[in-house]
Amino acid sequence: MFSPASPQAQSIARLWWWMCGVGGLIWLAVIAVMFYTVRSARGRRGPDDLQHVATPTHKRLERIVAGAVFGTILVLVGFLIYDFGVGRALAQHPSRALTIELIGHQWWWEVQYDDPDPSKRLVTANEIHIPTGQPVQFKLSSTDVIHSFWVPNLNGKRDLIPGYTSSHWITADTPGVYRGQCAEFCGLQHAKMALDIIAEPPDQFRAWMARSSQPNTPPVDSVALSGQRVFLTAGCSTCHTIGGTAAQATVGPSLTHLKSRPWIAAGTLRNTRANLEGWIVNPQAFKPGTHMPSIPFQPRELTALLAYLETLK
Amino acid sequence: MRRMHMHLATIGVVACTMLGCEREDRRLNEPPPKPPVAFVAQVPLQPGPTLVTDTAEGPFDDNAFGTAEGQQLFEQMNCSGCHSNGGGGMGPPLMDDEWIYGSLPNQVFASIAEGRTNGMPSWKYKLTNQQMWQLVAYVRSLSGLTPKGPRPAREDHMMVKPAPNQTPNAKPKNTGLPGASQLP
Repeated sequence: MFSPASPQAQSIARLWWWMCGVGGLIWLAVIAVMFYTVRSARGRRGPDDLQHVATPTHKRLERIVAGAVFGTILVLVGFLIYDFGVGRALAQHPSRALTIELIGHQWWWEVQYDDPDPSKRLVTANEIHIPTGQPVQFKLSSTDVIHSFWVPNLNGKRDLIPGYTSSHWITADTPGVYRGQCAEFCGLQHAKMALDIIAEPPDQFRAWMARSSQPNTPPVDSVALSGQRVFLTAGCSTCHTIGGTAAQATVGPSLTHLKSRPWIAAGTLRNTRANLEGWIVNPQAFKPGTHMPSIPFQPRELTALLAYLETLK
Repeated sequence: MRRMHMHLATIGVVACTMLGCEREDRRLNEPPPKPPVAFVAQVPLQPGPTLVTDTAEGPFDDNAFGTAEGQQLFEQMNCSGCHSNGGGGMGPPLMDDEWIYGSLPNQVFASIAEGRTNGMPSWKYKLTNQQMWQLVAYVRSLSGLTPKGPRPAREDHMMVKPAPNQTPNAKPKNTGLPGASQLP
């Protein structure tokens, strides 16, 4: 939030700093006035041990209170107008934008790049590549409960509501990896529902897009081949998709090009072979409550499966 | 004295609300339940109705979390494609009191795991035992066969019946239709 990387985040940060500054000044003024009052009131104690305010200061007191009330209203109205302006600027949608559908699940993010040709829709999970300097529109929805999409560096929060599509947009100026997080409590693993926004120059983005739209190269190695068989028959394919194979289910995150992603389990674990193995053997140990079941594999099957997953580059 | 009564009453109220804190265990990290070991008879070699003999309870029958997981799986695995939110379509309805292959947990488990003639696929190699048991709990909750407390209070689809937790309790009956295996 304090290192904004998009015009939207910049205007929010500016508003925040203004509010912080003005609020801080008012606080300092109040504290100063309080000290002044305490000091100046010292030693004027009446015979009945109570503070007595002399009559001439009553008029002054009224003026001070009226001034403070008026000043408060002025500051609040000023901020109201400023905040309204920022809200309007954030809500204005650019006419031509890359559209990404972001669907919240317990506890991961499904990402679909819109394309007029449905066969060219690119589906991935938990990481969003976007081109820099280009407005990106997000269409947000959810399949189960209310989630909230928040990438502090790029824009404010927006809720993902089941049965309703809301819209959000960002324009990343600087290339970089920006961490996002679900910002609405959505169940046991709400804390472990993160995503990465990877902003890269447009040509790099197009290259990524082209690479990711291709199905995986089928495995050649015999261990990986038997791993593919395990994947397709042991129940993994009941929930997951791997492009170019018979696994086309949409219950869990798509695993096409799994190894190109830096994280697994929605920003929970680094995408290493050891973590992946631990995750498959006992997902509940890393994310208690996750809907991924633990399938009892034979060690041989597990090794083959991991060898296959390693090929999903 | 009155003050003390007030204090006691407050403590009592707080204690009562705290009773609600631990509704049940989430049962996240337990060894997965096993499929029924004994042979489960669905279509007996005898005329008349199936006799209820095996009354073992399903592992998630009294667990709201497990039943809710089953409810989610019911949609995710597209059970509604044939059973249409429990009301029946291509497949038989699941919310009434007629059970072609028996309404006991073990029998329902066998129907899901092994599949049935005329279209019900086998889920044995697609789902884990735990998931199938969760489905059993949800499917049985639709017609009031599981304890009332843990049954789902909400359905996200159009239903011809109120939510399962408002369905009156039912008991497994000696059902089984004549010529059951020929029915859809």
